[in-house]
Amino acid sequence: MVDRSAGGGEVTIRVDGRQVRVPAGAMLASALCNDRATQAMRRSVTGQPRGPLCGMGICFECRATVDGRPQVRTCTLVCREGMEVRLDG
Amino acid sequence: MAESAPNGYGPSVERHDADVVVVGAGPAGLLAAIAACEAGRSVLVVDENPAAGGQIWREATGQGPHPRARLVIRRVRRLGAGVLSGVTVFDGSADARVLRALHVDDPRRVLEIRYRELVLATGASELFLPFPGWTLPGVTGVGGLQALVKGGFAVRGRRVLLAGSGPLLLAVAASLKAAGARVVGLCEQAPRSRVRRFGFGLWRHPLKALQGVGLLAALRGVPIHHDSWVVEARGAGRVERAFVADAAGNRRAIDCDLLATGYGLVPASRLAELLGCAVDHDGRVLVDETCATSVDGIWCAGEPTGIGGVEVAMAEGRVAGSHAAGDRQRGALHARLLRKEQRFVRRLERAFALRDELRALPDDDTILCRCEDVSFGAVRSLRDARQAKLETRCGMGPCQGRVCGPASSFLCGFPRDRVRPPLIPVPMGALAVAGPSNTSKQRSNERSNETMETPE
Repeated sequence: MVDRSAGGGEVTIRVDGRQVRVPAGAMLASALCNDRATQAMRRSVTGQPRGPLCGMGICFECRATVDGRPQVRTCTLVCREGMEVRLDG
Repeated sequence: MAESAPNGYGPSVERHDADVVVVGAGPAGLLAAIAACEAGRSVLVVDENPAAGGQIWREATGQGPHPRARLVIRRVRRLGAGVLSGVTVFDGSADARVLRALHVDDPRRVLEIRYRELVLATGASELFLPFPGWTLPGVTGVGGLQALVKGGFAVRGRRVLLAGSGPLLLAVAASLKAAGARVVGLCEQAPRSRVRRFGFGLWRHPLKALQGVGLLAALRGVPIHHDSWVVEARGAGRVERAFVADAAGNRRAIDCDLLATGYGLVPASRLAELLGCAVDHDGRVLVDETCATSVDGIWCAGEPTGIGGVEVAMAEGRVAGSHAAGDRQRGALHARLLRKEQRFVRRLERAFALRDELRALPDDDTILCRCEDVSFGAVRSLRDARQAKLETRCGMGPCQGRVCGPASSFLCGFPRDRVRPPLIPVPMGALAVAGPSNTSKQRSNERSNETMETPE
């Protein structure tokens, strides 16, 4: 499961158009937790900032639009080179 | 995936079939798969995570599989069982006259997996109890934080406060400390006397006793508070400070960068309920000594039958897999081993029973349903989860009450609500391709955004 094909054990993903280097094999939710520019992963229906809660695909708090697909649970997804992430999805 | 159109589901379902289909690739599911293979059946395991092993055998990014899991997974593969990882069951049916099949989101296509016998080994989720501030970023579950760290979240130097109940707190605290976090405290709601008695009772389980001693040694220097629980989290945009109350009536502030709370585990029994399996008030799937559920040909193993940990899960997996494959002799042998482990489960439940004060954690303004931002005050006086859904939308978001359901049943005494498909939000294309199953004919939800169908 761990992708070591990228040089230096890192892959590049795009978060809201911004390039972010993340460790190869990292889960997307974990990579976003590490990303200082990502204060909150999404806004709730009343606009509150939210981050991951369960870490294992239950709560949907870490959901984002990934490669065009909405409401993807980022905690169940391994980062891949070129992955396109839109927050607040 | 990058090249395919968004939600570009193929025109038809991809069909798979096996004598025994196992849902969940944790210890219970993998052991069930081995037992069924050894009895000569064709076996297919489906699992939501990117790699087999479940939550307990999830290894940190880049480290490869857990050593114990590696042996088990190797055995599963050598015996010829198929393993589909990263796929989610969203619907299914158990009616032999129509179709015995699961509908699975790949997520690029829909799989229809037909089974003769089905073993449900769907694990557990954490019990989250709402308190003021619990929706702030940086407040996570206990197992949740561990999963994020294993997934690559770097916690080195961060101040972490852990609170809740159960042995998982100790295990996670130790692993966070090993990852370089500053564990500033651990709050166990159970009284010290009960935890101590539980610890002494572990002589019957030398392996667990040894683990316990090891954990306490690893946590030297970490303040451990019994009879204590977090009542509030505060911070500007994310958690900065937690307030801890104790049985003596004290309240104090502890500064932290991360706050992990979890009040034990609850069975993940939604798929079982969808398929018509009987469950008790706490959501435990009812099984007999062969791990058979109330539905013919459906078996259940591990945490969904009651929270018991990895040894029970493995033992039940063997029982369920053997019986699902028709090997009654071996099933009976495994059942004897299982009984000893189940006594441990009852001791665990007694030791970490939740105290009544926790029912007062949320105030009227505290969010109960995080998906729809429904406050506790809007729900507390209602009759049941059904009424809460209809009048407040509580439990109608993407998580479908997986978080607020167990909380409201503890806080308000709501009975379990009926489970409806789809089990997770899936693109409309997936539903169109899958067609109606016999459990989903009443599906009639017009809400949700354009592309995702969120269950009622």
